[in-house]
Amino acid sequence: MSPDVSLDTVKRAADTPDERQPYAELGMKLDEYDRVREILGRRPTSSELAIYSVMWSEHCSYKSSKVHLRQFGTKAPESEALLVGMGENAGVVDIGDGWAATFKIESHNHPSYVEPHQGAATGVGGIVRDIMSMGARPIAVMDALRFGGADQADTRRVLPGVVEGISHYGNCLGLPNIGGEVVFDPCYIGNPLVNALCVGLLRKDQIKLATAPGPGNKVVLFGALTGPDGIGGASVLASATFEDESQAKRPSVQVGDPFMEKLLIECCLELYQADVVVGIQDLGAAGVSCATTELAAKGTGGMDVQLDLVPLRDPSLRPEEILMSESQERMMAVVAPDDIDAFMAICAKWDIPATVIGEVTDSGRLVMTWHGETIVDIPPGTAADEGPVYERPFTEPAGQAALNADSPAELPRPEDLRAALLQLLGSPNLASKEWVTSQYDRYVRGNTVLAQPADAGMLRISEAMPGAEETTRGIALATDGNGRYARLDPYAGAQLALAEAYRNVAVTGATPLAVTNCLNFGSPEDPEVMWQFAEAVRGLADACKILGVPVTGGNVSFYNQTGTAAIHPTPVVGVLGVIDDVAGRVRSGFTGEGDRVALLGETREELGGSEWAHVAHGHLGGLPPVADLEAERALARVLTEAASRGLLTGSHDLSDGGLAIALAEACLAQGVGCAVSLPGGDAFTDLFSESAARALVTVAPESFDAFAELCAAHEVPCYGLGTTGGASLTVEGVLEIPVAELREVHTGTLPAVFG
Amino acid sequence: MSAARVGVVTFPGTLDDQDAARAVRHAGGEAVPLWHADADLKGVDAVFLPGGFSYGDYLRCGAISRFAPLMEELIPAARAGLPVLGTCNGFQILCEAHLLPGALMRNAGLHYICRDQGIRVESTATPWTADFAEGQEIVLPIKHGEGRYVADEATLAALEAGGQVVFRYAGGNPNGSLNDIAGIRNEAGNVVGLMPHPEHAVEDLTGAPSTDGRAFFTSILKKLVNA
Repeated sequence: MSPDVSLDTVKRAADTPDERQPYAELGMKLDEYDRVREILGRRPTSSELAIYSVMWSEHCSYKSSKVHLRQFGTKAPESEALLVGMGENAGVVDIGDGWAATFKIESHNHPSYVEPHQGAATGVGGIVRDIMSMGARPIAVMDALRFGGADQADTRRVLPGVVEGISHYGNCLGLPNIGGEVVFDPCYIGNPLVNALCVGLLRKDQIKLATAPGPGNKVVLFGALTGPDGIGGASVLASATFEDESQAKRPSVQVGDPFMEKLLIECCLELYQADVVVGIQDLGAAGVSCATTELAAKGTGGMDVQLDLVPLRDPSLRPEEILMSESQERMMAVVAPDDIDAFMAICAKWDIPATVIGEVTDSGRLVMTWHGETIVDIPPGTAADEGPVYERPFTEPAGQAALNADSPAELPRPEDLRAALLQLLGSPNLASKEWVTSQYDRYVRGNTVLAQPADAGMLRISEAMPGAEETTRGIALATDGNGRYARLDPYAGAQLALAEAYRNVAVTGATPLAVTNCLNFGSPEDPEVMWQFAEAVRGLADACKILGVPVTGGNVSFYNQTGTAAIHPTPVVGVLGVIDDVAGRVRSGFTGEGDRVALLGETREELGGSEWAHVAHGHLGGLPPVADLEAERALARVLTEAASRGLLTGSHDLSDGGLAIALAEACLAQGVGCAVSLPGGDAFTDLFSESAARALVTVAPESFDAFAELCAAHEVPCYGLGTTGGASLTVEGVLEIPVAELREVHTGTLPAVFG
Repeated sequence: MSAARVGVVTFPGTLDDQDAARAVRHAGGEAVPLWHADADLKGVDAVFLPGGFSYGDYLRCGAISRFAPLMEELIPAARAGLPVLGTCNGFQILCEAHLLPGALMRNAGLHYICRDQGIRVESTATPWTADFAEGQEIVLPIKHGEGRYVADEATLAALEAGGQVVFRYAGGNPNGSLNDIAGIRNEAGNVVGLMPHPEHAVEDLTGAPSTDGRAFFTSILKKLVNA
């Protein structure tokens, strides 16, 4: 065989120090490239350059966000529930009775714009593998989605593709989709947000970590074959602003095979059961580069890899391409030599290709060979953990003060509150999302207690895993975020996102335990965007401390902008809660006739960033509602205690659209109407203000005194509004709308746009 | 007396096997896991083919599963009278295996649909539907992208004439199935296939807002105990 003259070996790199290298094309800055040369004491080989370029990309290294994200650790509240915090594939929390839950939300925004179906599908696949790699069985998914205006042409391309991608991938995996959000705003037209969340279940003493200890242990690559898909996705796609040539980047989007992933889930669970895995890591962004450097860096410190042993779908792939490929449905495990046969037998049972490609060493070096020639020889930690860290400058946006001064107080109020309610209820953000959610399987695995449109999804865990029969527990999950609030005040906006998700968990009767977040922003190189980011992180960290719920992990997505127009800063927050007995769950809305209806919490005139200002006036200005976290905490205590004492027959969170929309949604839940009176004051404010820390509950008449006492004990204002029943939503002296009319308005909007 | 044994088959990509096994247990039966690669029915008294995306639905839904080693045992056993129920992908496999006539095509609306669906029971003359009343309207979840039942005119006429239509969609046809067909049986009545999911409608707390799926499992268990 003739020598591979184009192969850039370590020896060749040492011999040709001045060869020009395409670091800029790979998304690296000159000073970053120089640092690699300094670390290695020579120029990197092309394979090494591939590794550093993807590992030091914004997406993998968090180089712009790291200095801010540290607050999630330094300000973290004391939490006995936290078993694994930030820095692993996903956080893990103790949910009692020996069980643990692991959950995380992650963005797949850019790929979903370029190729909506595959972009969104592989977003689901990636987050599911993160959860698997913690040693857990994935048990549910949910998706927080943001699109351009519902009336904008490109939304009709992006939304159906994204929904179909999530539907196809998630449904084929057999994971119930139990919640999430669909939000429309023109600011997302060139940058849709696809944030995918997965939750998994495991015994708390069986957590797996991404680590490669033990010299002599084997490194096994298993799952799908490696192909040319997604090459450079991490650096080229996720870390650069879109310009007009986005179509030219199409080959950088990965293609998913959910059937392979389903087999991989069952295979991994059997491998864990057989106890033949020392360490494990999924292959996501940066593929083999990321898995080898991170496993080695967290283990004994060294690893030898024969890169030519990686099984390929396309035999013409070069080592640099293998290192950067983001082919889906692949995992890397560290396995003791004695367990290799058992490991391979389980993979064979599930028809999963598995190949030993290397071995753990104590050399402190990650060494890779290609047909006997050394092409990589680096300290793995320098790629995995010691990437550049930027203290990027930040400054308040020039127009921020003017934006905050443009109060909605002067906006004309509607004459006809009935028409105003119906206009809001049928607007794309508040209309029924059934067109989307009916494409997701919410029943599979048989443990779904609550799913969309409930405020939070809830799962029974007693039958989710063998051995869990003894527990009555369940978990609840919600995601929320409001880009308009965050645009007006990113500090308060991030807190309000957390507060809403926390409240949505509490209204089901579950106690909020822990947080994951997906921080979607524009370019960190723009100081005004960086200010939004810094403020949002500071706000979220402060709020987590007050509410006593730690951040367990998450994801930052920068560069969500096309040209100079960034999206609204959009922190999306997921909250996980636990309920001692799922049978005590509280359903959304009105569940029967003759119950007392009560409004909990204080209503102020707060219309800045509100859905009403947006829909009726296209207005965004002023300040968002006050984030009163002590009030949120007290409200959650009332809701969870009332649920555990069986005092509530239904409950629903107040958020976008205020009391008006909460009442309408409560009627629509089971088709039960109500007759209520407003607490007094201005009817418009009572109905449409978006003051936080509020909920609408129903209580059986005989329980009402006990419930009111509980509210008083926690100093939560409780206003009796009226009674459930009848076929209309009646607000005395203000409006009366038949539930059938509400339904027609609510369900008609999305089908009219998307077919 | 030992409980009746109902086999629940798992192919690569089967998803609702856990739910099906649970539904069997809740009704008082013993759920016996059957693995696609084992040509062994383990002496079960009846077989449940659950839903999912076996073999990723590659080629055609159910087209590859039909050749699994287990099916080599199941097909002759079903022809000899073993009670078999296929739901969703299980129904598709039964059609591919020619245990039931016709085929299931892409939904008329082209989207996957998950919803609680009204169903009318048209025939109680099967071991899986004896506990229903003829004409009874029930609610079961559907969740499929390829559930539009089609067959040629002669086959349809024969199904209708022979009372082999077991379930029809009520209150709206979700997928464009001919004659609103949601489920059918073979001539002997022991093999039933339907697109809806009885195993997701057996508990108050979870799944669909209905427990109408229970009767499938009580029907078969009574039949087996009395056999």
